[in-house]
Amino acid sequence: MKTNEWQLQKKKNLKRLAFWTFGWVLSLALVTFGSQFLWEGNQVITYLAFFLNLGFGIGMIIANRNHINGLDELDKKITFDAMAIALGVGVIGGLSFSVMDITDMIGFDAEISFLVILISITYMIAIVTGKLRYK
Amino acid sequence: MKNRLKILRAEHNITQADLANAVEVSRQTINAIEKEKFDPSLDLAFKLSKYFSKSIEEIFQYK
Repeated sequence: MKTNEWQLQKKKNLKRLAFWTFGWVLSLALVTFGSQFLWEGNQVITYLAFFLNLGFGIGMIIANRNHINGLDELDKKITFDAMAIALGVGVIGGLSFSVMDITDMIGFDAEISFLVILISITYMIAIVTGKLRYK
Repeated sequence: MKNRLKILRAEHNITQADLANAVEVSRQTINAIEKEKFDPSLDLAFKLSKYFSKSIEEIFQYK
């Protein structure tokens, strides 16, 4: 089977997304832990690391948009459905979690990381379910 | 939406992968259309129409 230009572009978009995502994760770790363990509170370096992370974040958003635009229409539908479900679960779950924290229904603080994990897991499950539905 | 994609593909003796490459979608998309699990966009319907040299109505029937 001959690989056509569309498939090559799709692979290229995916590689770019992987690059920016990897860079964003690394720079997030750098700005989070670097101040404490590498440059011992130097504010200038902390600001530089922060803006580096922000830059990678913007790059990741653009790369993700390009990746989605380059998908074929069935993959786009599966992705959009998964994003809609993840967003819904994120908003509803996030606010419920916050209410549980405010009203002391839970014995720990509602951290943003829990919300990120919830959205990520929901998104992955929705993607797999979508792939299976149209298999 | 009903379609004659599988029949036309058999007549042209091509695989789902060949057709997918020709119209620039994934093989899974062609499979989902053939199984009537997914309706193609107008753009893809025109590409399929052009590929098989048939009108859209000859390939797809709204049920």
